Amino acid sequence: MKPTKAFNRSLWAFHMNSGSCNGCEIEIVAAITPRYDPERFGIKLVGSPKHADLLLVTGPVVGKMKDRLVRVYEQMPDPKVVMCVGTCGISGGVFYDSYNLAGPVDQVVPVDVYVVGCPPRPEAIIHGVVTALAKLERIEGGEH
Amino acid sequence: MTGGLELAILAGWTIVVTIFGLVAGLVLLGIDRKLAAHMQARVGPPLRQPFIDFRKLMIKESVVPANAIPWMFNIAPVIALISSLVILLYIPLGSIPSPLGAFGDFVLVMYLLTVPALAMVAGGFASGSPYATVGAQREMVTMIAYEFPLAIVVVAIAWRLGAAGIPDAFSLATIAAHPVWSVVGPLGILGLLLLLVVLAVVSPAELSRIPFDSQEAETELAGGLLVEYSGRNLAMFYLAQGVKTLVMGAIAVAVFFPWNISSFISMPGGVAQVVDIVFFLLKVILVMFFSVSLARVAMARFRINQIVSLYWIYIGVIGLSGLILLMADAVLVSVAGGII
Repeated sequence: MKPTKAFNRSLWAFHMNSGSCNGCEIEIVAAITPRYDPERFGIKLVGSPKHADLLLVTGPVVGKMKDRLVRVYEQMPDPKVVMCVGTCGISGGVFYDSYNLAGPVDQVVPVDVYVVGCPPRPEAIIHGVVTALAKLERIEGGEH
Repeated sequence: MTGGLELAILAGWTIVVTIFGLVAGLVLLGIDRKLAAHMQARVGPPLRQPFIDFRKLMIKESVVPANAIPWMFNIAPVIALISSLVILLYIPLGSIPSPLGAFGDFVLVMYLLTVPALAMVAGGFASGSPYATVGAQREMVTMIAYEFPLAIVVVAIAWRLGAAGIPDAFSLATIAAHPVWSVVGPLGILGLLLLLVVLAVVSPAELSRIPFDSQEAETELAGGLLVEYSGRNLAMFYLAQGVKTLVMGAIAVAVFFPWNISSFISMPGGVAQVVDIVFFLLKVILVMFFSVSLARVAMARFRINQIVSLYWIYIGVIGLSGLILLMADAVLVSVAGGII
């Protein structure tokens, strides 16, 4: 079904670590602290991919995590967006061309928003979520 | 002919109370989130956030897992929502009598309170997910734990009113019409305070909120009972959560704080009922603040084995002492009355 304006004020995010060094996880947690308070805009972290609208992927997708990442992506109900947080997920970062990588992330699941940085600052992550909202608005307008 | 008219009024009234319950429940959830945010030095979501969340969940895809039992999986949220609404129909709201108040008493409400929880357990087992199964087992254990203290509260209040010579003491309308504080002596007031504590501790477990949310435990069970639910089904559980919050607040208000403004200040009929319902909602918000919002911000989650021993030993002892104090008070008051 087509998304409506309700998504702009209620975006539930599920976070998945696909082999990250935990730097990006710490910054994601920093982004949901009272200092930034994304719950003002209805953004919150949920524990199950079935509840989520937004998939936050960190890490370069190691071989063992490839199937799991695909499975989590497929479990999310439509409409959904994927956000790739950190340099690792974009290019492989310091793990570029490593023998045990199946990624980067966009080789495994379709990515809508990339957030650069190693790790990215909380402001950058929040900006990425806002960009993801813009992407949802485009889906709303019938584009892809 | 009059029977048909009465039935029509009853049906209409039921629809009004149902809509009121759904809206007020979501508003209560919004107030709860706002209060919790302010206590954590945050701005927090707007009050209408639960309505936005609900609208969003309604347009999401509803996924049924491959190894779930589809009919049970889909019917559980409906039963949870409808049964919580049915409980609301038995509880007096302000000075407005409840639509079904004449057909059931406090004991029935206590039994009905288990139905939403049982529906969630059925939905959890039907999900076919190990997380949901563990969550469902924990929900059953929690239910067994808090039923005993809750039953003590129900029995103690009704027994004390009965001992004071009030007929039909188990009916919620009677309990709300005769504030139990005005019947008892000093010893009984102490006992009632203990019972109030018991009800305040039972409420968060009934609503599966922190510190008694081990069955939903987002960080360890990824949502527990609700882990496989999405879209429309999750939205219905969300609504049921709001209605249950209203129900628990309304029970606490009807039993312990039943006073209405209209009984102190005379007002024309229509105005009095509106003022009373606003005052009633304020009382519910106050009860919810202390027993749900404050507790969930100030405390961490209990483990499931701690929940059982807490309810059976500590809260059970507090409830029984409250009951014994009320019994002693009944004896003292009747002796004093005999002397006079």
